[in-house]
Amino acid sequence: MKTQPKVLTFLTILSVVLFLGALGMVFLFAPIEAVMGYVQKIFYFHISNAWVGMLGFMVAAVSGIFYLVSKDLKWDIVELSAVEISLVFFLIAIVSGSIWAKPTWGTYWTWDARLTTAAILEMIYLAYLLLRQGIEDPERRARFSAVYTLIGVISVPITFLSIHIWQTIHPAVIGVGSSSSQGSFGMTPAMLITMFFCLTTFSVVFITLLWYRIRLGQLAEQVDQLKYKIMQ
Amino acid sequence: MIPYAVSIKYMLVGYTAIFLVMAIYMVSLFVRWRRFKRDLQTFKELENQP
Repeated sequence: MKTQPKVLTFLTILSVVLFLGALGMVFLFAPIEAVMGYVQKIFYFHISNAWVGMLGFMVAAVSGIFYLVSKDLKWDIVELSAVEISLVFFLIAIVSGSIWAKPTWGTYWTWDARLTTAAILEMIYLAYLLLRQGIEDPERRARFSAVYTLIGVISVPITFLSIHIWQTIHPAVIGVGSSSSQGSFGMTPAMLITMFFCLTTFSVVFITLLWYRIRLGQLAEQVDQLKYKIMQ
Repeated sequence: MIPYAVSIKYMLVGYTAIFLVMAIYMVSLFVRWRRFKRDLQTFKELENQP
């Protein structure tokens, strides 16, 4: 395994600095929302995690296309890495949203359109990880995974647009949400700046983590190849 | 309006959950990296044995 690239070291430092900056913006810069109070501060990390989760699922689908075109297994590693990281970020979005929902909606969970589609999205990619483990041949596994991510990514726009398609209590950040939405709030300029800062921060964190996860995948492949060679 | 104590409690619980899941994933990446490095070293030694 090659030594860590300087760009990755720079990205790591940048991620830490931005992350601390984002925390500062959330707790020291963004105003306290008049109705919900402090709990509304969950919003900034909740939305950033959801964004990065969806971004990663799309990156995985694009990697799947690249694999199907090139048959190069490096794209399978990129795809797997993107899915794994996105699963973690999307889980955080679901959990943090659920905690925010308790004082706002009076319940941790309701089978609302947005929450249900989000849960289905998470389960689709959890199944991806489980199904991959059942295929031994790397070529077959990569082909299956690439096709799976291409089909699975359809659930990303469905989840994103669910609040505009169905009646839902989940508030909309972009555009006008459902008339039955609860927990909406007027975004002040300071809130908007904080939200975009957090979105940028999490995008950089995602790129950094993706790079580390790809390196881990390459290392695992190296170990597998050497193991196979010794056992021959 | 959500009472101050309730609001701050759920904010703290929310951010604790966020940091906890993130930390668990970071640790899992680190642990796997170390394990693969160790395995690679072991296999290299085995390969070089006469």
